[in-house]
Amino acid sequence: MLAYYEGMADVFRALDDETRRLILDELFSRDGQTLFEICAVLSSRHGLGSSRQAISQHLGVLESAGLVVTERRGRSKFHYFSSDPLAAITRRWPVVGKDDTS
Amino acid sequence: MRIQLTSIFVDDQRDALAFYTDVLGFTKRHDVPIGDDAWLTVVSPESLDGPELLLEPSSHPAVKPFRDALVEDGIPFCQFAVDDVAAEYDRLGRAGVAFTVPPTDIGPAVMAVFDDTCGNLVQIISTKPAPSDE
Repeated sequence: MLAYYEGMADVFRALDDETRRLILDELFSRDGQTLFEICAVLSSRHGLGSSRQAISQHLGVLESAGLVVTERRGRSKFHYFSSDPLAAITRRWPVVGKDDTS
Repeated sequence: MRIQLTSIFVDDQRDALAFYTDVLGFTKRHDVPIGDDAWLTVVSPESLDGPELLLEPSSHPAVKPFRDALVEDGIPFCQFAVDDVAAEYDRLGRAGVAFTVPPTDIGPAVMAVFDDTCGNLVQIISTKPAPSDE
């Protein structure tokens, strides 16, 4: 149980950074990207000047929180968005529409 | 000073020559035996006197860890200019070339990255025409 709550804290910490949220946005729009591609789109679409090393560390935080999973294809490593940790949040606090309560 | 030659490490020079000529469409320029290897270069058919690309043997022990690290992160080792990245993506895809990045708009240009089957990732890029003043 403790691990469960710590895991959820990791998710919120991981999301508490605009660069990491942009990384998730880009993976959501096209899943399965290499570090190189993520850096290229962050730079060209969002004007981010972060170093490749910094982006790599952001990806490590997202991966630790379970929001990003990696898979090797050929000799390269690809990053994928995983919504599983977000499902744990909505299970704990289900989204209830106004219509359902009226 | 001019850039006359640049090099790329290849796992097998003959396989590399086949890929860079038959698949990509470059033209062989020099093929001079040196011991078990060769001084092997290709040029673009659009610029036969232009810069040569040396297909250099990858046998030095430092090459493998260096290239493995680059390829793991998806980082291309060299870049070629093309007129139309999407058209090349279709043409090379039909020839069985694997892309790690599909044609992607990066603002002033469109780029894509493919595996050259010789141990490297290669970026192709086409710059967009400059916006007209009109």
